[in-house]
Amino acid sequence: MVNVELKVAGEEAEIQERDQLSQSPFAIRGLTVSYDQKPAVFSVDATFEKGRMTAIVGPNGAGKSTLLKAALGIVTPLSGQTTMHGLPLSEQMHRIAYVPQRASVDWDFPVRVIDVVLMGLYRKVGLLGRIAGTDRKRALQCLERVGMTDFATRQIGQLSGGQQQRVFLARALAQDADLYVLDEPFAGVDAATETAIIDVLKELRAEGRTIVSVHHDLSTVEDYFDNVLLLNVRKVSEGPVAEAFTDELLQAAYGGKLATAQAGALPAAI
Amino acid sequence: MNGAEFVPLSLTPLLIGCLAAVACALPGNFLVLRRQALIGDAISHVVLPGIVVAFLVSGAITTTAMLLGAAAAAILSVAMIEGIRRYGRIESGAAMGVTFTAMFAAGVLLLELSDTSGVHLDVEHALYGNLESLVWLDATGWSSLVDWTALVNLTDELFRIALILMLILILLAIFWRPLAISTFDEGFAATLGLPVAAIGLGLVIVSALAAVAAFDAVGSIIVIAMFICPPAAARLMTNRLGVQVAWSVVFALVSAVLGFVFAGYGPLWFGGSHAVSAAGMIATVSGLILALAALLGPTRRGAH
Repeated sequence: MVNVELKVAGEEAEIQERDQLSQSPFAIRGLTVSYDQKPAVFSVDATFEKGRMTAIVGPNGAGKSTLLKAALGIVTPLSGQTTMHGLPLSEQMHRIAYVPQRASVDWDFPVRVIDVVLMGLYRKVGLLGRIAGTDRKRALQCLERVGMTDFATRQIGQLSGGQQQRVFLARALAQDADLYVLDEPFAGVDAATETAIIDVLKELRAEGRTIVSVHHDLSTVEDYFDNVLLLNVRKVSEGPVAEAFTDELLQAAYGGKLATAQAGALPAAI
Repeated sequence: MNGAEFVPLSLTPLLIGCLAAVACALPGNFLVLRRQALIGDAISHVVLPGIVVAFLVSGAITTTAMLLGAAAAAILSVAMIEGIRRYGRIESGAAMGVTFTAMFAAGVLLLELSDTSGVHLDVEHALYGNLESLVWLDATGWSSLVDWTALVNLTDELFRIALILMLILILLAIFWRPLAISTFDEGFAATLGLPVAAIGLGLVIVSALAAVAAFDAVGSIIVIAMFICPPAAARLMTNRLGVQVAWSVVFALVSAVLGFVFAGYGPLWFGGSHAVSAAGMIATVSGLILALAALLGPTRRGAH
């Protein structure tokens, strides 16, 4: 009798898990990554909701970028899987746009702004295909959405940090993806750029696309995002901002690292 | 200078010098942009013992044997670097330095100990190349270019370097886009499904091919100038990758031609009695071009 009940409960949990996986455009299970035998990310499960903006928040060295890179297959995890609607993510990469940290590339590289945006069309153009006029037009439209049309023929090294970040976002827009994964898009950008980027991300959300972003500024989490994944090597919390981004959980994630000034900047509500 | 003198003595060395310079400069563009320029240097050092052993085993200098030997030497070095790093508890930079120098030294010793007097393979050749000796003695003048009996005796080195340059050009044309994207932004390239590790490895292999092919022309020490100087100077001329690669080819050709001419005739103009090493002069000219580009190039730092 007891055994049967347990079995039924187990089946229910399994069905629930399968539903969750099939509905989520980005679900991570049991992800562990280590650098030099030290775990950077340990056994993280996360299920990101479709059509929502989720912030990945945590102290320095919490493994936020690493989590994303491993989930996307840029670095090899020790264990774990990532799925998109229940399918292995590696088969769905054409539906994903990734915006790396701005500092991860050499901005002295000899390309123009428009060339960087055209990289977003690589899957469409292919190995040997010619870049057509329509591709160029599309790249310019993406630049327009981030307010960078006038800079199309500039070399990328001549841009400010904020402008460079907008170019990266324009490249992601050119990919026309269902899932946008961003690594600190607001790091070191000016206020105008921050507004421009958040406006574009909200447009994407309104179109039903899913956004996952590593985010540093605790004071804007509530304004910008629907959900939060709080991380410190392990997952601390996950869910809507009101539930997963509370004072106690932040203290748990940051420990002593959460400076009083930072805590003071948080909205009084949480 | 008339054809009867120029064609047999200078035409083939000049051509080989030009082709070798271009073959190295093309992959050099991407090595420099990836901040891996010293890989070219490393390869050129490491392949020497491989080439010597290949010669000792096969008894002749053939393209296939040289490439196989070079590849084996490269694999051995990778294993050595990893071993030294892991068991010697030395950081990887030092482990590489030790390995490259040790491999090169082993190559020099092997050369000295073995009897290679029958072929163009000796220590001096390994260090500075032997461009001047790659002559075409069957030629009698410009008319020899259409003379089949003379053409079949053209030096093998010319065909070898031409073949490898052709291969590099084809690979570059096919894989231009993935190579450019993964050189600029490897993480993004990986999310596009590009095999970034294979692309990086492919670039190193192509560079090794160029280094082995250029071995005859400029030797293994000076080849590094061909990998770095023309692309680095070209970067200072433009802000577009395609244009940069084109400039690097121009600079490589100018270095090769001017270097060869200056080496052969320069000392005579200044009252010297004999020519100097063409390979050395080619490297020097490419260095001068880089210096000029750094002073005057339109996209040098602070120019805009």
